[in-house]
Amino acid sequence: MTINNLQLDTNGKLRHFLTIEGLKKQHLTEILDLAESFASVSGQSVKKVPLLRGKTIINLFFETSTRTRTTFELAANRLSADVQSINIATSATSKGESLLDMLHNLEAMHCDLFVVRHADSGAANFIAKHVAPHVSVINAGDGRHAHPTQAMLDMFTIRRHKGEFHNLKVAIVGDILHSRVARSQIHALNTLGVGELRVIGPKTLIPRTFSKMGVHIFHDMQLGLEDVDVVIMLRLQKERMQGALLPSEGEYFQRYGLTEEKLAAAKPDAIVMHPGPINRGVEIASSVADGPHSVILEQVSNGLAVRMAVMSMVLGRHPGADSSGEDHRL
Amino acid sequence: MSIIIRGGRIIDPANHLDAISDLYIRDGRIAAIGEAPTGFTADSEIDANGKWVLPGLVDLQARLREPGQKHKGTIASETAAAAASGITTLCCPPDTSPVIDNPAVAAQIAHRAEASGKARVLPIGALTQGLEGEHLASMQALHTAGCQVMGNAHRPITSTLVQRRALEYAATLGLTVFINAEDPWLVADGCIHDGQVSTRLGLAGIPECAEIIALSRDLILIEQTGVRAHFGQLSSARAIALIADAKARGLNVTADVSAHQLYLTDLDIGDFNSLCHVRPPLRSQRDRDGLRQALAEGVINAVCSDHQPHDRDAKLAPFAATEPGISALETLLPLTLRLVEEGVMDLYNAISRITCEPAQILGIEAGRLTPGISADICIVEPDHHWEISEETLISNGKNTPFLGWEMKGRVSHTLLEGKQVYPF
Repeated sequence: MTINNLQLDTNGKLRHFLTIEGLKKQHLTEILDLAESFASVSGQSVKKVPLLRGKTIINLFFETSTRTRTTFELAANRLSADVQSINIATSATSKGESLLDMLHNLEAMHCDLFVVRHADSGAANFIAKHVAPHVSVINAGDGRHAHPTQAMLDMFTIRRHKGEFHNLKVAIVGDILHSRVARSQIHALNTLGVGELRVIGPKTLIPRTFSKMGVHIFHDMQLGLEDVDVVIMLRLQKERMQGALLPSEGEYFQRYGLTEEKLAAAKPDAIVMHPGPINRGVEIASSVADGPHSVILEQVSNGLAVRMAVMSMVLGRHPGADSSGEDHRL
Repeated sequence: MSIIIRGGRIIDPANHLDAISDLYIRDGRIAAIGEAPTGFTADSEIDANGKWVLPGLVDLQARLREPGQKHKGTIASETAAAAASGITTLCCPPDTSPVIDNPAVAAQIAHRAEASGKARVLPIGALTQGLEGEHLASMQALHTAGCQVMGNAHRPITSTLVQRRALEYAATLGLTVFINAEDPWLVADGCIHDGQVSTRLGLAGIPECAEIIALSRDLILIEQTGVRAHFGQLSSARAIALIADAKARGLNVTADVSAHQLYLTDLDIGDFNSLCHVRPPLRSQRDRDGLRQALAEGVINAVCSDHQPHDRDAKLAPFAATEPGISALETLLPLTLRLVEEGVMDLYNAISRITCEPAQILGIEAGRLTPGISADICIVEPDHHWEISEETLISNGKNTPFLGWEMKGRVSHTLLEGKQVYPF
C-alpha cells in the first residue's frame, strides 16, 4: 500500500505525518516517548531547544483554526525553527491560483516543512505526493479524513493517566461521521492495542460501516459508557441541525450530552477528554467540562509536546541523533 | 473503391458467423463474405491472416468535449482515438456546452464529426431544455437533426412529474430514452461509493440506494408510459436485479455497464487515487461480480466506454475536488476481450456486447457484417500484448487508472464506410 510508503522513508522512519493508518505501534510509541521528553522542556524556565535551528516551517491553513495553528507555531519556536503561518482563506488560492502553483512557489523559498490544514479529505496526502523530495508535510487536519497530531496528543494524555492501553475501555461520543479526530483516534487506539473501543451517537452520525474500523457501535449513551476508563467527547458543529441529521441541540444534549449523571456509568476514575473548542450545554455540561474527571486543558498543553515530537521526527532531528540521520532520509 | 480483407477469422455474432473467410467491400458497403461477388475486382487488399475481423464497435456513451471543453478533447482528437480502438459509432451525451437541446448544436456536432471522418458520432438529444428538468426539449426537431435517442445525461430530472411527461412525450414519438439512474438528494456532495473505503478516507459517500431508488422510480414510470428506455452505466448488483425483474415483466428496457466497472472497485481508490474518481462511483467487489454475471447472462446488454477525457489539472487536486471520469475509448475492446480470458463469458457473447447489442439499442443498422450495409469493420491482432501508457493513448485525455496494465488484443485496422480510418 502506498499509503504506508508515502509517509515513511526507506528506513521506515517518518518522512511525512499524514495519517495514523498504516503506522506501526513502534512509530506511535516513539512519538509518545519523544513527546514525553519534550514535555519536560516546556516546564523549564528556558523553553527553547536548538534542534531545528535553521529549518523553515510554513503553516498552511486553508481552514481557520486558532488553537491548532498556535500550538504548531509555538512548537516550531521552541525547537528554534523559523516559522511562518499563512491563512489561505485570505490568500492567493482565493485569487484563482492553484494549490500546486502555490506550493511550488513556497518550495522555491527553501522551506523544509509544510504543516497543512485543509477542508478536503486527502489534501495533505495530495500535497505530500507533489512536494519536492526534501520537503516534509504534517497533516493538521484534512476534511473528515485525519487529524493525526490531535489523536497523538490524546494518546499521550491517556497514557499519562492510564498507562498501558491493552486493558482500557475507551468510548468516543458524538459526530463520528464528520470527525477527522475520531478517525485518527480510532486508528491510534487500535494500533496501540486498546482493550475495547466504542463509538456512541445517533445512527445519522455513525454509519454502520464504522464497525469495519474495529469499533463497537452504541446508540444508547448509558450502555455505551458502562465501565469505560476514558470518555472522548467530540464537538458538535451547528451545521448538523441543517442537514436533517439532528432535530435540535437540546435534544442532542438530552441523549448524548455528557452530564455527571451519565458519567456515573463509567469507571469511578474515568477521564473525560474533548479536542475543543467545547460547546457547553450541547455535547458536555459545564460541571463535567470543569469537573474532577476532565483533562481537557491538559490536552491543550500536551499538544505542544506532541507537535514538537512529530516536527523533529519528520525533519530527522531526534534529540541525540547526529546529522547523518538527515542524509539517508533524502 | 473495392477492398478485400483476406483470410481473417470473421466473427459476427449478429449473423451467427465465426469462420475463417474473405470479406469483400465495394462502394463503402459490405459486398459479400466467402465467395467474391460476380465482377468483383479489388483495388486494395488487407491481409487478415491470424487476425479477427469484427464489426466496428458501437459505443453507447463517449464524451468528446466539443463543443464547450476543447481543452480536454475535440471531436477530431477523440474520434481519432475511437478509430484507433476499433470504434466506428459512438454516442455523445447532450451535456455539452451549449447543450444538445436544439437542432443547430446536433447538426454542428454531426458536421464536425463528418469533417474529421474518423468515426460516426450520434448526438444524444436532451430530454429537457438546458438539461434543467423543467421544460421539454424539442425532441421531434432533435430527432430530425440526427439524434437517434434522447436523454438527460448526468442531470437527473428531479421532478417526478416532469420525468413522467418527458417519458410520455418520447413514447409518443417512438423515441428511446437513455437514463442515468441517480437520486440527486442521496448523492448530495458524495464522490465515492458509500462503504468501507469512504468511511476510512473520510470522503462523502454516494450510497447504492441513490441508484436503486432512482431506477425504481423510473421503472414504474416506464411501465406507465410504455416508453422504450435504456439505463446507462449501472453500478450496483441490486440495480441489476431490478432490471432483470423489469425485463421478466415484459418492460421494454435495456442496460449497459461501463468497462471499468467490470474491473475496479472502491478499494482501487487506495489512498485517494483521483484516476478512480468516476460517476457512478466504483462500488464493492460484490457489485463488480454481480455486474460481470449480469453481462454474461445478457441482463446487461452492452458494455460502453463512458469515455471522459480530462486535461491534467482536472485530476490534480484533493480527491473530492477532482473531476470524475476516465479516458476510456482505448480500453473498451481490450477490457471486453479480457473478460473472455478471465472466463466471464465466451468470445462470441463478449463481442456482441460491444457491436450488435448496442446497435440494436440505438435501432441502427450497424455492429454487424451483413452484406449490403455500411462496411464498418475492426480488425484485431488477438495475441498482441501491449501496455497502456500515456504514450500509447491517442485521446487527449491521459486520465486512466489502467495505465501500466498489460492488455491482450490490439486493433490493427479500422474501416468506416469502407474507408480505412486506422492506421491513420
